[in-house]
Amino acid sequence: MDSVLEFFYVHREAIFIVVLSIFLGIEVISHVPAILHTPLMSGANAIHGVVIIGAIIVMGHAHDTLSIILGFLAVVLGTLNVVGGFVVTDRMLEMFKKKTKK
Amino acid sequence: MDTLIEITKVISFTLGGSILEVSYLIASVLFIIGLKMLSHPDTARRGNLWAALGMSLAILATILFHRMDGEPIGNIGLIVLAIALGTLIGWLIAVKVKMTAMPQLVSFFNGMGGAAAALISLIEFQHLARLGEPVNMGSGFMLAILLGLMIGSVSFAGSMVAFGKLDGRVGDIRNPVMRYINIAFMVVLTAFVVFLMTRGSVEAGAMLPYLYLFFAIALIYGVSFVMPIGGADMPVVISLLNSFTGVAAAMGGFLYSNQAMLTGGILVGSAGTILTVLMCKAMNRSLLNVIVGAFGGGPSAAGQEDGTIREISVSDLAVLMAYSRKVVVVPGYGLAVAQAQHLCHEMDKILEEKGVEVKYAIHPVAGRMPGHMNVLLAEADVPYEKLVESDDANPDMPNTDVVIVIGANDVVNPAAEDDPGSPIYGMPIVKARDARNIVVMKRGMGKGYAAIENSLFFHDKTRMLFGDAKGSLQKIVNELKAL
Repeated sequence: MDSVLEFFYVHREAIFIVVLSIFLGIEVISHVPAILHTPLMSGANAIHGVVIIGAIIVMGHAHDTLSIILGFLAVVLGTLNVVGGFVVTDRMLEMFKKKTKK
Repeated sequence: MDTLIEITKVISFTLGGSILEVSYLIASVLFIIGLKMLSHPDTARRGNLWAALGMSLAILATILFHRMDGEPIGNIGLIVLAIALGTLIGWLIAVKVKMTAMPQLVSFFNGMGGAAAALISLIEFQHLARLGEPVNMGSGFMLAILLGLMIGSVSFAGSMVAFGKLDGRVGDIRNPVMRYINIAFMVVLTAFVVFLMTRGSVEAGAMLPYLYLFFAIALIYGVSFVMPIGGADMPVVISLLNSFTGVAAAMGGFLYSNQAMLTGGILVGSAGTILTVLMCKAMNRSLLNVIVGAFGGGPSAAGQEDGTIREISVSDLAVLMAYSRKVVVVPGYGLAVAQAQHLCHEMDKILEEKGVEVKYAIHPVAGRMPGHMNVLLAEADVPYEKLVESDDANPDMPNTDVVIVIGANDVVNPAAEDDPGSPIYGMPIVKARDARNIVVMKRGMGKGYAAIENSLFFHDKTRMLFGDAKGSLQKIVNELKAL
C-alpha cells in the first residue's frame, strides 16, 4: 500500500495530466456525427504520432551504433505516422469541403 | 568570471527549457482544439491543420531546446535526415493511395506509431543495460518502459495484420480456440510484467533476454489478437489499436516527463476508446464481444436458405427506376472496390432529371470504416443532402419504389432483425425489405464479409443483377440515357 501511495506521490503531476486528459478526450469526442468517424479516427491517429518526440529524444542521446540505428528507425516510423496521418486526414476532409461549397 | 559563465549557463538553460515547455503547452492546446474542430463538419479540415501545426511546433522545439541532464539533442544531421525520409515516404503514400484503400492506410500509419513507441522502450532498456549498474525494476520508469514496449508491439503487429486483412492479403482464422489462446497470451504478458517488476534491484543487462522474450510474445499476441476478427468488426479493431498506440505514446511521455507526449497520447487513447465504443454501439455489439470474437461462433439458426433467385435485366431495371417516384441507393463496399461511386452519381443525376427522387441510405458501418462510404461518395461529388443515415431512411422505406443495393450485403440482412441465432442479430440495418421493389447488384452469390446467408436475396420482392458494380452501372446509365 505504501509503495502505491509513494508511486502516486512521485508521479502526481503525470497522473493528474493523465486523468484530466482522459475526461477531456471523452468530452471532446462524444458528440461527433457518424460521417466524421473516419476522418476523426485518422486525425487522432496522426496526433498520437507525437511519439516522434520520444524518438527524437532517444536518438538525440544515442551514442552507440545499435541505438543510433534503432533510433533512426524510430524517428522515420514516427514521422511516417505524423505526416501520413495528417495528409490522409486532409485528403478525406478536402472532399467534404468541396461538397459543402457547391 | 567562472561564476558569471556558470550563471549565464543556468539562465540560458532555463530560457530554452521555458520555451520548450511553453511550446509543449501550446502544442497540447492545439491538439485539443484540433480534435474538437475535427468533430464538426465545417471546421474539421482546419482542425486537422491546427493539430498538424501543434505537432510541428512540438517537434521543432524538441530538436532546438530539449536538454537531458544539460546535454542538448545530438545526431541532429541524422535526425533531420530521418524526418525528411519519413516525410517523403509518408507524404507520397498518403497522396498516391486510392480513397477506397483509406482504412488500411490509417491502420498502416497507426502501426508505424506503435513500432516507434516500442523501439523507444527497447532503446531505453538497452541503454540501462549498458550502464551496467543495478536498476530498480519496480519503478514507475520501468513500468512505463514495459507497458510502452508491450502496447506498442501489440499495436504494431495488430495494425499490420489489420492492414493485410483489409488489403485482402491475409485471411481470417475463425477458430474458437483462438479465444483461449488470446486469453492465455494476455495472462502470460501480465505475468511477465509482474515478474520483471518484482525483480528488485538488479543489473538491467541480466534482464535483457527476458525483455526480448517479452517483446516477441507481445508481437505474436498482436497478430493473434487481430487474426480471428473480421467482417464488419474490422473498423472497431483499427479504432481500438489506434487508442492503444495513443497509450503507448503516453508511456513515452511518462518516461521523459514530456507533457506534449503525455497529453497527446492520452487524449488519443481516451478519444479512441470512446470512438471505438460509439462504433460498437452503431452495430449494437459490445466491445468485449468484438475482442473475444463471437463472430462466426455458433451456427445460425436459419442455416441454409432455400429459395429461388430471380434476376432482372439491365433494361428492365432502367425502366423500373425511370418510372419510379422515389429510389434509394444502399451502397456497400462492393461499390467502393469497383470504384463505381462516380457512375453511381451519374445514374442518380439522370434519374433526378427524369423527376425521380434519389437518396442514399448510408449504414453507419458501410464500407470498411464508419463514415467511409460518406467519404467515397463525397469524392464523387454526391451532395450532402442526399446522404441519409439508415435510422432516418428506414421510416420512409415503405414509400420507396425501388431500393437498389449496390455491393452491400450484411447491412441489409434481415437476419439482424429476425434471427436471434445470427451473429449479426441486433445490428441496426437498412430496412431494404420494406420497400416496394428491391434490386440487389452483386458480383455473385458469394456471402458478405461476415459470411452469413442473406434471406433478402430470396425475397419475393427482390430481383438480382449479377456483375461487377462498375460494369452494371455503366450499362444502366447507357440504358437510362437511351430511354
